[in-house]
Amino acid sequence: MIALGQFLEVLIGGLMSGVLYSLVALGFVLIFKASGVFNFAQGAMVLLAGLALVRALDLLMANGFPFWAAIVLGIGFGAAIMATTAWLIERFVIGPLVNQDALTLFMSTIGATFIIEGAAEMIFGSDVYPLRLFPTDAWFVLEGLFPGGILVNKLDVWGGVIAGTLVAGLAIFFQWTKIGRALRAVADDHLAAQSVGIPISRIWFVVWLVAGLVALVAAIVWGTKLGVQFSITFLALKALPVLIIGGLTSIPGAIAGGLIVGAGEKIAEVFLGPSIGGGIEYWFAYVLALAVLLVRPQGLFGERIIERI
Amino acid sequence: MLYREAGQLKTTYAEDMAVFPIRQDRIALAVLLGIAFIGVPLLATFHIWPFSSDYLLWAILLPFLVLALAAIGTNILVGYCGQISLGSGAFMAIGAYAAYKLGTGVHIPFAWLGFAISIPPLPVLVSILIGGLAAAGVGILFGIPSLRIKGLYLAVATLAAQFFFDWLFLRVPWFTNYAPSGSVNAPELIFFGLIVHTPIERYLLCLTFVAVIAALTKNLVRGNLGRQWMAIRDMDIAAELIGIRPLYAKLTAFAVSSFIVGVAGALWAFVYLGSWEPLAFSIDRSLQLLFMVIIGGLGSIMGSFVGAAFILSVPIMLNLIPTELGVPVSTETITHLEFIIFGSLICYLLIKEPRGFARLISIGKEKLRLWPFPY
Repeated sequence: MIALGQFLEVLIGGLMSGVLYSLVALGFVLIFKASGVFNFAQGAMVLLAGLALVRALDLLMANGFPFWAAIVLGIGFGAAIMATTAWLIERFVIGPLVNQDALTLFMSTIGATFIIEGAAEMIFGSDVYPLRLFPTDAWFVLEGLFPGGILVNKLDVWGGVIAGTLVAGLAIFFQWTKIGRALRAVADDHLAAQSVGIPISRIWFVVWLVAGLVALVAAIVWGTKLGVQFSITFLALKALPVLIIGGLTSIPGAIAGGLIVGAGEKIAEVFLGPSIGGGIEYWFAYVLALAVLLVRPQGLFGERIIERI
Repeated sequence: MLYREAGQLKTTYAEDMAVFPIRQDRIALAVLLGIAFIGVPLLATFHIWPFSSDYLLWAILLPFLVLALAAIGTNILVGYCGQISLGSGAFMAIGAYAAYKLGTGVHIPFAWLGFAISIPPLPVLVSILIGGLAAAGVGILFGIPSLRIKGLYLAVATLAAQFFFDWLFLRVPWFTNYAPSGSVNAPELIFFGLIVHTPIERYLLCLTFVAVIAALTKNLVRGNLGRQWMAIRDMDIAAELIGIRPLYAKLTAFAVSSFIVGVAGALWAFVYLGSWEPLAFSIDRSLQLLFMVIIGGLGSIMGSFVGAAFILSVPIMLNLIPTELGVPVSTETITHLEFIIFGSLICYLLIKEPRGFARLISIGKEKLRLWPFPY
């Protein structure tokens, strides 16, 4: 008999780590929607953003800046780094490859991944850097209902709040600003957007910048949880099945997919894992994505793919 | 002057359909094979430069041959049939572990049925080939989704194979014969009574495999099956409309590709590594193979070799240059620089020549045809 309390605890923990997958997947979706590029470098961008932020914070704190000023300046520095990266990628990698097929673009983002990882670690160092922006201790809630209560990590709650704010902000940005409208136009049809006078390379820069900022947010949350370190880049791989499940072109899909994967793999690991050897987390998301693909090739929220000859 | 097919008249249909219709190509291939099969072993036996130590043979040529073979396999799937796969590493692992199990004897206890299946250790050659067949079987299984999904979606689906098999070989002790460390040792390499042990013998063994499989593949891709694959790649719906069965074409591509990749995996494990753990076939290996295929040229056997040579030699070069120049750089910085330079090279090549080295070679041939009077 599995205790309901334990189940809920695992479920909540899973959902919260799912939020983090969603944050990475969100960056993918933004870029894929606007430029059709399947951006393998998103994980590396999270690493770069995290390293830039944490190193800037360390430096500022060591020079006697107050905590809040250090945070503001540090995040500003991180954002500046992401803007530079976005410009460089647009200018030197994606720009010259316009109109190439998807596979070439995908491989070029893998090339960009190598460059970003190498540069980030060379400039900012390659150790594990702890990031302390939020409390990481745990709450016990619902103690009246279940014996011992349910363990909820404060950081997970913060992560959820941040992700929610971010998605709301993105929705407003996409829906109600001029650039947001231009972005949606480009996502619909590059050529048509270009022909009505939307400057496509500037739009792509904005998209990569927004993806970079999303990466910065993801880095803040992940970095607080695990410390900023190289293994963050493997997140990118976890975000792929999230995308497939949610649909490559859907922002709500990225969120829902992340939650499904996060909750699913934790539950599978805890309740199914012991019977078949453990470590299911490693592949569960991918097999789940495979199953979803077989039933709904466009993902849960994706646009239906219509093929023409 | 040198490379011109004028005057090479074909008098029979068979001559016209030859794999290498141009005489200069045949001569070049014969010279290349001669160097590879006779020249290199001779030089290596007498330790003449550049084979004064075993380094070149052991650390460069051997991995080059095996990975070129794996790249040929990947190229069949990605380059000829257009199905992107990020799971080649997993198929290499399946080939390696299946060959390992067969080479050391299979014992499957069916405890609840009261009997067990036992197969005595098979000869190495047989187990390598059956290892390839096992990979082909799994390849067909993981190829089934390709009937519904394509492109990058399929790439993610093949990632499922990659991560599942990584986990399987790491966590299920049966595959590693209950080795406590998870690392396994290849059985002794005995081929028809000969023990393959020295680097030269290993090199010749791999070379034979590569030459035979490359020749077979070259022949396969120009025939009926290869043309079906290419039709599917170029436009699958149109191919279906003119009567090509997507099910058959796609699954044969998965099977043939996985077989070759599986054999390459078994060779990698048995002949090159000797003892290995699942990490040898991680996602990095899959990406490396994909790079070889794309940099080398999609849909080109020659390109697979060039791509493999390039992807393997760049890190070695990058490693050598600072030591040769005597620049004092920490190993950490070198690793990071390697990453940056490698990534930049990849991006540069993709931008300059998205169709890879194979395209450069064919441009070179065209130029050579007109040389020295380019009018």
